[in-house]
Amino acid sequence: MADLQYKIIVGLEIHVQLCTKSKMFCGCAVEFGAEPNSRVCPVCLGMPGSLPVMNKQAFEYAVMAGLALNCNIPMFTKWDRKSYYYPDLPKNYQISQYDLPLSENGYIEIPLESGQTKRIGIIRAHLEEDAGKNVHSSGNFSQVDLNRTGTPLLEIVTKPDMNSGAEVRALAVELQRLVRFLGVSEADMQKGHMRFEPNINLKITRNGTEYRTPIVEVKNLNSFRALERSVSYEAQRQLDEFLETGVVFGMGNKTTRGWDDEKEMTVLQREKEEAHDYRYFPDPDLVPVELTQEWLDEIKSRLCELPLKKQLRYVQEYKLSDYDAGVLTADRSTADFFDEAIKAGGEPKRVCNLLTQTGLKITKEKNCSINDLHISPKSVADLASMVENSTISASSAAAIFEAMVKTGRQPDILAQELNLVQKSDADELESIVDQVLAENAEAVADVTSGGKKEKKARGFLMGQVMQKTKGQANPKVVSEILAKKIG
Amino acid sequence: MKNLTAKKLRDQIASGQIKSLDAVRNIFERIEKYEPVIGAYISTFKEKALERASQVDKKISAGEPVGQLAGVPVAVKDNMCTTFGATTCASKILQNFHAPYNATVVEKLLAADAVIIGKTNMDEFAMGSSTENSGLKQTVNPWDTSRVPGGSSGGATASVAAGMCFAALGSDTGGSIRQPASFCGVVGLKPTYGRVSRYGLVAYGSSLDQIGPVTQTVEDAALMLNVIAGHDSSDSTSVSEAIAPVCDYLTKLNEPVDKLKIAVVPQFNAGADQQVQNALNEAIKVYKNLGAEIIEIEMPHLDYAIAAYYVIATAEASSNLARYDGVHYGHRTKDPQNYIEVYTKSRAEAFGQEVKRRIMLGTYALSSGYYDAYYLKALKVRNLIRGDFTNAFEKCDCVMMPVAPTTAFKIGEKVNDPLQMYLSDIYTIAANLAGIPGISIPCGFDDNELPVGLQILSPAFTEDKLLRIAGMYEKHTNWYEKKPPIAGYK
Ligand SMILES: [Zn+2]
Repeated sequence: MADLQYKIIVGLEIHVQLCTKSKMFCGCAVEFGAEPNSRVCPVCLGMPGSLPVMNKQAFEYAVMAGLALNCNIPMFTKWDRKSYYYPDLPKNYQISQYDLPLSENGYIEIPLESGQTKRIGIIRAHLEEDAGKNVHSSGNFSQVDLNRTGTPLLEIVTKPDMNSGAEVRALAVELQRLVRFLGVSEADMQKGHMRFEPNINLKITRNGTEYRTPIVEVKNLNSFRALERSVSYEAQRQLDEFLETGVVFGMGNKTTRGWDDEKEMTVLQREKEEAHDYRYFPDPDLVPVELTQEWLDEIKSRLCELPLKKQLRYVQEYKLSDYDAGVLTADRSTADFFDEAIKAGGEPKRVCNLLTQTGLKITKEKNCSINDLHISPKSVADLASMVENSTISASSAAAIFEAMVKTGRQPDILAQELNLVQKSDADELESIVDQVLAENAEAVADVTSGGKKEKKARGFLMGQVMQKTKGQANPKVVSEILAKKIG
Repeated sequence: MKNLTAKKLRDQIASGQIKSLDAVRNIFERIEKYEPVIGAYISTFKEKALERASQVDKKISAGEPVGQLAGVPVAVKDNMCTTFGATTCASKILQNFHAPYNATVVEKLLAADAVIIGKTNMDEFAMGSSTENSGLKQTVNPWDTSRVPGGSSGGATASVAAGMCFAALGSDTGGSIRQPASFCGVVGLKPTYGRVSRYGLVAYGSSLDQIGPVTQTVEDAALMLNVIAGHDSSDSTSVSEAIAPVCDYLTKLNEPVDKLKIAVVPQFNAGADQQVQNALNEAIKVYKNLGAEIIEIEMPHLDYAIAAYYVIATAEASSNLARYDGVHYGHRTKDPQNYIEVYTKSRAEAFGQEVKRRIMLGTYALSSGYYDAYYLKALKVRNLIRGDFTNAFEKCDCVMMPVAPTTAFKIGEKVNDPLQMYLSDIYTIAANLAGIPGISIPCGFDDNELPVGLQILSPAFTEDKLLRIAGMYEKHTNWYEKKPPIAGYK
């Protein structure tokens, strides 16, 4: 076998559905799962004489995303019509942006497994309207559901900067977290809020000569898993194809493939990507958008610390594990809550444990956000302090947290009511320890003799003290007394 | 009653001298008598109109306030959406299309207590200059029924000329209000682009289309503009009133125009028939006698207006008309073999020849490899034409020119020669490209007793002044009082 090395090269096109209440160019509600064709009006149905009016919020959301992707935001942007005939596209053109997108030339940092980050270039991000859905049922006809027609989509195009399925997945996951953090998309994969189209080929070096395989675009992937697997599959397939046929990248041999989720393989859709003529031209029904500095500044003021940056800060500043920092920054409300609790004086590691181990368990059960628990960051900070200064045990803290959610009352009051305040009074505890030592001479002997039963005997004595105090003794104080009494 | 203007009728209805019900009955008597000859209407709403008229009458007898068009029978071109009747655009593809909403202008007419009596014939999708391209019926010119009424708002102008309504709304993409107004001897106003909402106007060339009034007098045009002008949040291209306030065009009408300066473009006008030129010169003399100063200017880019227009308008049309595909509404072919056939056959069966021609022209102009040479170039020409007007209006208040190179031509004369037909728009197109307002008012007759129109063009959003300039002429001439003999006028 000749000397052969190869590198996967992947660029991504991502469609992200923005979470505006109404559609991109009309007042219809954006709603998933409504009765077919019940969220439509003359505008999104493309009725004769109807005219689009831009949803300002969608535009602002898109600009926020563009800013978060470190893009240049031009002060002038316009709308274009992209023409093609398809039954789910009632006007037979899509309102999109062609040569003057609302953002361009940015980048996104993605986390790598090594703990490092990698910068992926963003070519552009622009706004467009979604199409409807063709429903193919039995019989020699299809039906069209236009509820989704006109939903605002942000199309993001990356540079071909990714070199593995894992990197592609990392970008997708990071982007999901980013748009959720910004509050511009729910990015719910189940509802098709994010759709991916990777462009994949290989750079192969064989015996010192470099080859590039034909670019393949995989259409319409809507899960991280399918995205990652399709890239990996395609890399292997292209390598095999190259070894078999020697076919290399050339004009007009870009092909389109689909992903078969069951067979876990890509399947050919279109052999030669004909240069599609979409006949783009400026939409005369819409006026160009001209940003003012005040408007842009106002949009900028809505940005927040971005999730990856926040995650890295938590690790560095608070010495949290990368995993915990990731959990806290998975969504904005949790991260904001955590930040507020720290501001209120909570000890970071303790607050983190309370949130990740108890808070998020409850929100998961209730399928809600941390804010819906109606507890204040201050009260969680207080609870963390109570653990920190041994007023309560770490295990009691979980019970108190749950009680806080149920009752909305303060942790110190709940600790009293639930009898979870630890006994730390040394005199009181000493007499209990004395009593235990007197009652358990055998165990005392095991400890003092220092044999292999010592550890077990210590645990037993501690247990006895806990039993007598109904679990309220401060274990730290008890160990100290035990050490003093029996070494 | 038939000699009343819309304004006078409205005042007499509002003061209780005339019942709207009688006015509407009278109009329908005339429609029943003359419509079989003229063919101005695609649909009429007699029952609904009578019912509405009596509602307005009730309001008046109850002393309630009524709108500016209280009880006045008006018509709208059949490319404006109405929830009543069909909205066909005179096309087989929309022959049975019932819009689920009213165009903004229709809502405004109704809010002004107008009585909409019917929807008028037109060239299919407003593509044409003679109304011969209607896919549904033929309209003839009331002055000579062997001739065309002009187009594309030929039904509206014929209807006003024949006294089958008191006023109408037309639409003007390249002259479609002004040219048929001149052919039919009525007043036609194309407002500034953005002055009147296009919401509910079935698009032909979106960057050029504008709705405007077709009336007997300049005063009626002012009245109609009062009702329909203004910003509409449903139309992004309608201009905000902070930028261009709407005024009371009727009240303004009587303000004198001081030191009126009129420009003419002799080189450009030389292309018109001699009799048309004569009428224009006579009209300018009238202004001169009224104290206006006449200057001669050059507008070097007007010669390219037709070429630019037929690229821009058809490009936009090719996209605007893509939606008529048989999938969601409108004509669908029988027994298609697949969805592609739903498109190709439905469109092939139901679009007329001229519409197909323009769709193909526009598709070609937007195709990759041709875009720069055609569409982009046409946009550049458009800018140059705008510049010509900007320069002109630095020197004058308005530009006067013919409306069309000829008076009404014979039915069938130009149908087989599209280029010749396109040339009949030569004087009107520039206003659409520049987005400025223009008006056509009757200014005489040729040897065949066919009306000739005078076109006046003024800067964007100066409709008040434009109407005053037109009104000056009307006050000192009596052309508007002449009615076509065919329709029972003597
Ligand atoms: Zn809608």
